[in-house]
Amino acid sequence: MFNALTTLQLQEYWWFLTALLAALFVFMTFVQGGQSLLWTLAKTETQRDIIVNTLGRKWELTFTSLVMFGGALFASFPLFYATSFGGAYYVWMAILFCFIIQAVAYEYRKKPGNVFGEKTYEVFLFINGSLGIILIGTALGTLFTGGHFIVNEMHLSHWTTKTYGLEAVLNFFNVAFGFMLFFLARLSAALYFINAVDDASILSRARTVLKYESWIFLILFLYVAGSILTMNGYTYDPQTMVVSVEPMKFLHNFEAMPAVAGIFAVGVLSLLAGLYMGAYTQSDKGIWPAGVGIVLTVTSLMLILGYNHTAYYPSLSDMQSSLTIENSASSRYTLIAMSYVSILVPVVLGYIILVWRAMNREKITADEVENDPHHY
Amino acid sequence: MHHIDPSLIDWSRAQFALTALYHWIFVPLTLGLTFIVAIMETIYVKTGNAWWKKTTKFWMGLLAINFAIGLATGIIMEFEFGTNWSNYSWIVGDIFGAPLAIEGLMAFFMESTFFAVMFFGWDKVSKRTHLLSTWLVAIGSNLSALWILIANGWMQHPVGMHFNPDTARNEMTDFWAVVFNPNAYTKFLHTISSGYVLASLFVIAISSWYLLKKRDIQFAKRSIMVAASFGLMVSLFNLTTGDDAARQVAINQPMKLASMEGLYKGKKGAEIVAFGLLDPSKTLKDNKDPFLVKFAIPGGLSLLSYHSFDAYVPGIEDIVYGNKTHHIMSASEKMQQGKKAVDALKTYKEAKKAGNVQEAKAALNVFEANSKYMGYGYLASPEQTVPNVPLTFYAFHTMVGFGTWFIVLFIIILYLTMTNELHAHRWVLWAGVWSLPMGYIAQEAGWITAEVGRQPWAIQDMLPVGMATSNIASGSVMITFWMFAILFTALLIAEVKIMATQINIGPKEADHV
Repeated sequence: MFNALTTLQLQEYWWFLTALLAALFVFMTFVQGGQSLLWTLAKTETQRDIIVNTLGRKWELTFTSLVMFGGALFASFPLFYATSFGGAYYVWMAILFCFIIQAVAYEYRKKPGNVFGEKTYEVFLFINGSLGIILIGTALGTLFTGGHFIVNEMHLSHWTTKTYGLEAVLNFFNVAFGFMLFFLARLSAALYFINAVDDASILSRARTVLKYESWIFLILFLYVAGSILTMNGYTYDPQTMVVSVEPMKFLHNFEAMPAVAGIFAVGVLSLLAGLYMGAYTQSDKGIWPAGVGIVLTVTSLMLILGYNHTAYYPSLSDMQSSLTIENSASSRYTLIAMSYVSILVPVVLGYIILVWRAMNREKITADEVENDPHHY
Repeated sequence: MHHIDPSLIDWSRAQFALTALYHWIFVPLTLGLTFIVAIMETIYVKTGNAWWKKTTKFWMGLLAINFAIGLATGIIMEFEFGTNWSNYSWIVGDIFGAPLAIEGLMAFFMESTFFAVMFFGWDKVSKRTHLLSTWLVAIGSNLSALWILIANGWMQHPVGMHFNPDTARNEMTDFWAVVFNPNAYTKFLHTISSGYVLASLFVIAISSWYLLKKRDIQFAKRSIMVAASFGLMVSLFNLTTGDDAARQVAINQPMKLASMEGLYKGKKGAEIVAFGLLDPSKTLKDNKDPFLVKFAIPGGLSLLSYHSFDAYVPGIEDIVYGNKTHHIMSASEKMQQGKKAVDALKTYKEAKKAGNVQEAKAALNVFEANSKYMGYGYLASPEQTVPNVPLTFYAFHTMVGFGTWFIVLFIIILYLTMTNELHAHRWVLWAGVWSLPMGYIAQEAGWITAEVGRQPWAIQDMLPVGMATSNIASGSVMITFWMFAILFTALLIAEVKIMATQINIGPKEADHV
């Protein structure tokens, strides 16, 4: 089946899967958004327990999505894995530290004898939910703005700044991208709480968050989307593989791929509909259009980043070192083998949906949390 | 290829070793305890006896504490291949990345999805669905071990690939050869069965402590019965898989085997050292006896390695300096060939870039003729091929010695449990308690044997660790090393304290049923 595809089609297929994983991860960061809202939405210990336990049933999925995103990149685009992780060292390490402290925080927060106290683990959750997401967003922003790396003739890479990726925070677009993801995570968390929790005061505060922070998100989104559509992009000649600058490359990519532009438009409208439902109606279903919107929007942005002969990770130190889906991919054999493995993706998504439905059939209440001996 | 900073290699190794050793404190317990919990829940579902539900929930609670820190220490392992071993990621990522991605897809999602059901789904799904979820968590954990050990097994015995000079990397040519690498399977079976042994020791230690304190007696006796039965079965299996794993080492990594046994000079009918103290002043070619004291079984190593008392087992010096009688090529000969391959690859790339077809073709021929030992071309001296012999030797013998003791312990405990005399033999109960730290030491010793014993290779005979690192400042890695050391130690302290507190609270509070 996959043998019939050209090498470029296989690379595009794997870029699509990577894009989809990134999009699902961004949706699942409602867990991080919820962690950052812990002290905003909860004013009593019981309310904090409700929030932590609501998120605690989903946090591992987000964690796994991040790990899977890394694994898929390693298998399909190993030169990106080598160049970005090995070069922007401090940024990725900082992100990983934010996720290490999250992994223990849920389980240890309420446990007697936890050494550092409940508050410390809540701070861990807050750091993961704020700094972790802002840094991931900043790192994703560099896919558009570039990184300071050089890839030599043996395809071995090195970073050219001594700050190893931390310089990304000096670029306003990258940071705005990070904060945009941060507010998006908080908004989707508010929508998720409205959908999954039965506690009047938490819901009321969640709707207030949606009313105000939606505007902050929209301003950031308009800035980021506007910048992407008008910024210089890096294109490459499919014959010579020579990389060159192309003004408004991403706008041109939308023009060249109207279906992707359509997905982007539907995604944005769906997200806005979800936000509106959460902020201005009594519906508890806003998370679904918003979730679909997030997945579609992020996927489409990733597609204009990598498709249509675009360098998805430009090098600011040596333009010809820029990474494309063609020069950074695994071999044709590996891509085919992994494509067969990818047939499992719908199966995995299927059982996740089934379990999600079973676990979310009834809303989480204070009673349920307090009476669960294993509650977080 | 590039200047290699020795301190960068050391810090990168140190950081990877630190994170791997911390991670491995928690993983084996998860591998085994998930199965023990699943067995207990199965008994509950079969019998309908609520007491088993309570028992299941207690051990499940301890599993959750362990599981969380296993995840915390695990996420870094995957990304470290990129952050600290970026050259490695390119040079072998085409093969190595695949099992990692499959691990995520097949195992991690299964674990994380059904973990939530296992802990929070008691009243949300049916009994049988809950039991299925618990089993899926156990299967998912072990599937995860399978794929990561396929990846690790490939590093120890690379198969199913060829080096592509155009991309300057190794590329997969046979997916099934990678998946069914015999080294990976012996490693997988030995590793998971050792995890089951540790989990059995864990249950026995805690239950023994309850019996010593004369509390939760019924709970402790039943838990011990499950754990000792399971433990004896899996430790015997562990013994046979260990034998298989050692044979794979003998075939594919003779230097590791020689280091595990402190065998400097090869011989027919090589003895196996059951116990020994190495002479710290021993160096290569000094003709000194490597051992100050030893107790050895004649012919044992030859028998275990090659199924023959008379088989020749090469020693460290034979492998480093060669042995014409036994057709063993010296490391310096391999280095000469390797350097030819490295130079030819460089010439090939330059000629190709310049459009010089003839020169490129000639260089490619030289490269192909010598590429088998390309990895040796990056070494500075033949002696670099020798790992840290004392560390490998003592780690291996600690693992084997402790493993043998565990079999004896399981037999004694099972016998005394069946005759209902266990509580009367306090020394056995204390032995049960103290065997738990021994189990953890054996786990770590196993990994030290496997990983230190294969140095200097990141990929056996193909890629030395010095060529595999990221090109970053060693100071950066030193900073993150200490950050990991502090953070993981702090989390370990919290984990142990929480675990001890939960154990002290005991099963009575595990459920409100």
